[in-house]
Amino acid sequence: MSLDTIVIGAGHNGLVAAAYLARAGQKVLVLERRDVLGGAAATEALFPGYRVNTGAPDAGLFLPRIVDELKLQARGLELIESPAAVCALQPGGRALTLWRDVARSRDEIAAWSPRDAERYPDFVDYMGRMASALRGTSTLTPPDPHDGSARELLGWLRPALRLKGMGRRDMMEFLRILPMSAAELLGDWFENDALKGALGTSAVLGSMQGPQASGTAFRLLYHYQGAENGGFRSSAFVRGGMGRLAEALAAAAREHGAEIRSGASVARVLVEGDTAVGVRLETGDELAARRVVSCVDPRRTLHGLLGAPALGPELNRRVGNIRYRGSTAVLHLALDGLPSVPGVTGVEPITAHIVVSPSLVDLERAYDDAKYGRFSARPCLDMVIHTLLDPALAPPGRHTMSATVRYAPYDLRDAGWDEQRGRLADTILGLLDEYVPEVRPRILHQRLLTPLDWEREYGLTEGGTYHGQMDLDQLLFMRPVPGWGRYRTPVAGLYLCGSGTHPGGGVTGAPGFNAAREVLRD
Amino acid sequence: MAHRYDAIVIGAGHNGLVHAAYLARAGLDVLVLERRHLVGGATVTEELFPGFKYSVYSYVVSLMRPDIIRELDLPRHGLTILPLESTLTPLPDGDCLYRDADRYRTWRDIARFSVRDAEAYEEYGRTLFFMARAVKYLLGIAPPDPTRVRPKDLSGMLGLARHMLGLRKDELHALVKLMTMSAADFLDEWFETDVLKATLSASGIIGTFLGPRSPGTAYVLLHHYMGEIDGHFRAWGFAKGGTGALANAVAGAARELGVEVRTDSPVAHVVVRNGRATGVALENGDVLEAKIVSSSLDPRQTFLRLLDASVLPDELVTAVGKFKFRGSSGKVNLALDAAPDLACLPGHGPHLRGAISISPSVDYLERAYDDAKYGDFSRAPYMDVIIPSMIDPEMAPPGKHVMSCFVQYAPYELREGTWEEKREAFGDTVIDTLSRYMPNLKEIILHRQVVTPWDIEQTVGLSQGNIFQGELSLSQLFFLRPAPGHAEYRTPVRGYYQCGSGTHPGGGIMGAPGRLSATAVLRDLRRPGGRKGQT
Amino acid sequence: MLLPTPFHSRTSALCRSARWRNWSGYASVVAYEATHEYEYYAVRNGSALFDVSPLRKYEIGGPDAALLVSRIITRDPTRCRVGQVLYTTWCDEAGKMIDDGTVQRLEPDLFRITSADANLRWFQDCGLGMDATTRDVTVDLAALALQGPTSREILKSLVTGVDLDALRFFHLADGTVGQIPVTVSRTGYTGDLGYELWVAPTHAEALWDALMEAGRGYGIAPAGLDALDIARIEAALILKEVDYVSTTTALIESRKSSPFEAGLGWTVQPGGRAGFVGARALRAEAESPSRWALAGIEVDWPAIEKLFNAVNLPPLVAGAASRAAVPLYGRGRQIGYATSSTFSPILKRYVALATIERDFATPGSRIDFELTVEFARHKVPARVVDTPFFDPERKRA
Repeated sequence: MSLDTIVIGAGHNGLVAAAYLARAGQKVLVLERRDVLGGAAATEALFPGYRVNTGAPDAGLFLPRIVDELKLQARGLELIESPAAVCALQPGGRALTLWRDVARSRDEIAAWSPRDAERYPDFVDYMGRMASALRGTSTLTPPDPHDGSARELLGWLRPALRLKGMGRRDMMEFLRILPMSAAELLGDWFENDALKGALGTSAVLGSMQGPQASGTAFRLLYHYQGAENGGFRSSAFVRGGMGRLAEALAAAAREHGAEIRSGASVARVLVEGDTAVGVRLETGDELAARRVVSCVDPRRTLHGLLGAPALGPELNRRVGNIRYRGSTAVLHLALDGLPSVPGVTGVEPITAHIVVSPSLVDLERAYDDAKYGRFSARPCLDMVIHTLLDPALAPPGRHTMSATVRYAPYDLRDAGWDEQRGRLADTILGLLDEYVPEVRPRILHQRLLTPLDWEREYGLTEGGTYHGQMDLDQLLFMRPVPGWGRYRTPVAGLYLCGSGTHPGGGVTGAPGFNAAREVLRD
Repeated sequence: MAHRYDAIVIGAGHNGLVHAAYLARAGLDVLVLERRHLVGGATVTEELFPGFKYSVYSYVVSLMRPDIIRELDLPRHGLTILPLESTLTPLPDGDCLYRDADRYRTWRDIARFSVRDAEAYEEYGRTLFFMARAVKYLLGIAPPDPTRVRPKDLSGMLGLARHMLGLRKDELHALVKLMTMSAADFLDEWFETDVLKATLSASGIIGTFLGPRSPGTAYVLLHHYMGEIDGHFRAWGFAKGGTGALANAVAGAARELGVEVRTDSPVAHVVVRNGRATGVALENGDVLEAKIVSSSLDPRQTFLRLLDASVLPDELVTAVGKFKFRGSSGKVNLALDAAPDLACLPGHGPHLRGAISISPSVDYLERAYDDAKYGDFSRAPYMDVIIPSMIDPEMAPPGKHVMSCFVQYAPYELREGTWEEKREAFGDTVIDTLSRYMPNLKEIILHRQVVTPWDIEQTVGLSQGNIFQGELSLSQLFFLRPAPGHAEYRTPVRGYYQCGSGTHPGGGIMGAPGRLSATAVLRDLRRPGGRKGQT
Repeated sequence: MLLPTPFHSRTSALCRSARWRNWSGYASVVAYEATHEYEYYAVRNGSALFDVSPLRKYEIGGPDAALLVSRIITRDPTRCRVGQVLYTTWCDEAGKMIDDGTVQRLEPDLFRITSADANLRWFQDCGLGMDATTRDVTVDLAALALQGPTSREILKSLVTGVDLDALRFFHLADGTVGQIPVTVSRTGYTGDLGYELWVAPTHAEALWDALMEAGRGYGIAPAGLDALDIARIEAALILKEVDYVSTTTALIESRKSSPFEAGLGWTVQPGGRAGFVGARALRAEAESPSRWALAGIEVDWPAIEKLFNAVNLPPLVAGAASRAAVPLYGRGRQIGYATSSTFSPILKRYVALATIERDFATPGSRIDFELTVEFARHKVPARVVDTPFFDPERKRA
């Protein structure tokens, strides 16, 4: 048996790449170190009887094109959408809910600021226009500014023209806001802290920066890409858990002849001359293939699996310089019942994201701690109770609650995560006591995943869930490293297909999709 | 019949004067109007205390474009730029990092902390040299508007693209990094020594309301690296007689070219008739007529104070309203009875002729910023200190000294209280901080002047006391400075031009905005001298 | 501010000319006497003692040391036996020279590299992911070069533990001088019989004294950089930043040189050993050679004398080496430039190292050398010759 392609890692991007390669007739083998598929977009039985989305909570950014082309719905993928986008808990037992229905959001905001309520529909429209300028570029291979072929440059002309189609004013605006901070952008529109705090939470994902940092406006836009129908961020959940997405992708890949082997940990990418010829597993077995596609993050692929000596010192410096700086922890709770949430009537508002981010200043202060190597004394929380829309994920009457916590920097200055893990859990629960006091007494099980856990258990360098920060200098032809933004590596036959490549992190499938196209092109 | 000038320039800051001089050089009959009793704007030397002279607001002249010095023959009008040779960064533990023109000595001093860094330092310097050269092109051109398809914008963009693609790959990558990264992150790619990164990152925060870890500060670092004297980049200088001597030299050159400079003549507003500027009205009621009017004031003054907003498109009014000033720095000017003694290098020495940078660690700078972020002046501020009398003995009586402390952060908007209330407390903080490194400082202070951003606004007229007439952040540079679509020195009012630091390429005692805008005016008037700006 | 080397107390006492130069931040003697002639002839006639401590020295050790060194340098260190020394260059990924120097294999897993300038960061970065460590030992080792026909006899009378008659060219051995441990390598920068001695700085002065004492009957003389410069040009040994510009200092691409362009093509293994930094680029360059090459040229001395005679001057270029770049012409246009030139006192010829177009670089090729005599420029006939210009048997014997 002779393999065309080995895909390392069954993260969603690896599976997308595998499915497209297999569909094109290649003989593909996917090797996954863990026993579950999906990487950081998996559903796991963290507690007996519960199915928990261990990493990514939703699939709102996932490219619809991939769903269609790989017929994922026929393979069991069902997206469930909440009417709510976000429920922002406030001090004093109040809450502000933003809905996918813009008019409903406007009414809700009016209780906080009539002026902001007035502007909100325009803002949603504006962000939609801005995000659409971005959207067209995610399935394109970044051009090489020096020797891009005419065909590729033409591909980039289309989004550029779309930019033109925006009208001169929008276009200027797009160029103006890309390097701006979320705080400035939101400050241009709104006055109310509760609203700005709620909107700002997605701007600080993907990089260890506060909302006042230049570039956070871009990240706000990035997350708006998945929110065409109103809400400022995705609340498209996967029935049965995120793992179902991975399973549907795996089914598509298998149907086209791919083999997917879990529990198969790759130790080394094998190279002969300057060409990748296969992989060696931790067991010592060697598998030959014409090419190797890695969904593992760039540094771990190039320095860990390939080995720095296979690269030149100049590229090694660049790989060493990739900023990962994981700063997200996730606290998973199993609850013996649904806690009542102060300020909220009914369950509808809390069926999507529930955030504790009362203002951009609170968010900025949370970041300040992280700058000096401490986790936030008052972190920003982004919680989802998946069992509300999908009760089958827990035993009857029970619930899960998953809180994404920022900032929890990988590099702690005083003591390591193994020592500080408990203190962070206490801090989070202490904050929850203020906002949702009913949570703590209902906890049956809890599990905290720190950046160190992301690194150790999920293989993410420095616990960076985006495989490298989404900073402006780590995008396009600068992602993962300057000069190697086209899914290839200096070793012929070795490709990258994970979130470390264009367009970046989040459950989009786009890197895997693009990488498969580039492999086939070669 | 009243005299009708060819051009009236509002504000005799260095850019206004440069602008006027270039217009006059092309044969225009030019009047410059200055609100204060002396020319220079923020580029002034004043004898604050008998015998002690100060560059009250600014202090170094690294960025002054050499071609302006040459073309206006400024040395003949009294400009002498003396080199600032070194930077000393004292540390709280009594150690210090001392960098000067002696390559090997600097190498060894850095190598005490890290040999790798000593080696990287030279390579870093060379990389920034290339970057400065790449960006220097931008300093010499009027920014094209990328959203328009007029031939001159297209050819401008084409020239820009050709220039950028002419860079080597690694240069282009470094340029993208510099344009977007934080100074601290950029320096992290090069160095491991905290104090070295800190003192280098300090030039990335000067004049901004950003910390060394804020993205965008790497560009400011480069902006300051472009200081060029005699063809050498990163050569900072000190104008003999203070920065006012530079303004006086430009004024001298302008007068010789026929420019009339009137001080104590505050302008109330620009007279606009049928969408066209026809002159200015002074605060005393006089109306002066001119074919064109140029404002060297910052964008807020230029558009929102001197004009009635109704003559401007809404989008411009909104954009100028959003333009960030956020003054973040102050100055403390001291008269000293003797030279200060540094704990790390006691006694006299060449280090006193250079800059003394209070930037012991990146965290130190970042914490200084944290304070300001929430509306307080820094409890332990960043400072760039020079002792001009060490370089130019005429600045102070024999044996005595003047010391200039540029201090950051001093946010224009305080969370509590006013700057009038907090001014002296701020001054005390500065002196206390400095005394940690200069043990004899308190004993030798004869006089002290504290300049806060509020004072800068009150006295010089810079909105919110921003020394660059608006922050040098990515969204306020090049074709976005001061507002998208209005970055070519022209305004929606015909015959009304902008020529201050609030336009491309921005602040610092550079003169480039004044000169590039003069080129734009002359081109519109179809005068010779309106040829394309040279690089 | 220049630093003293570990020999400074001795060199400064002897430096009657008070002529010093900055060598990597250290004070180095240009010439001990008013002129360097005696010092030069010590190299060719007796023995010259040079303080070469400012050379940078690095030790690379660990299980992957050989792998790392083979990654860095263009030559193959795996063929270098313990006790052997290689002269080599190293390049960046574009195959342009960073520096040149010697590689000593001290143990199977321990190498010492000497270089003109700082290389720690580069060596360490080349070794990323390898089990090898690079240390800068520059200040831990003082170094002397004893160069000249009598150098072996001097050392024989002084060093114990080293069989100097058996110590071959480009080999090294450990021994002692009195109680002082020294490493003796048969290497140098003069093209003559000579040795370099490596010693701990604490023993530096004692070693100097012992050598000066032992050398008294053998015509030993302390010698400075002027003498060294003439000797190394005669030996056609190139100098960084003079005969080529390092990638670490070149401000523009065209100033950089590949080993092929700097006359060090021979250090790049025939057949193209892969695995060293720049190998790919150099393999490509071997296939389509660069326009430039390094050549030794000899300028017609009678023609020089004639030009000076015409204005009643003696030939003022005699005596010292020059590092001024001098244009060279061929077929009526400029075809390159001489980078180092000197009147060779021993050969009585005017010779130079030059970067010229490859077509002109073959021995026998006739070109013109620009010479300014009394403010007027002239072209003097010159021809490309084999190098080294001076290559005595004793160097290798």
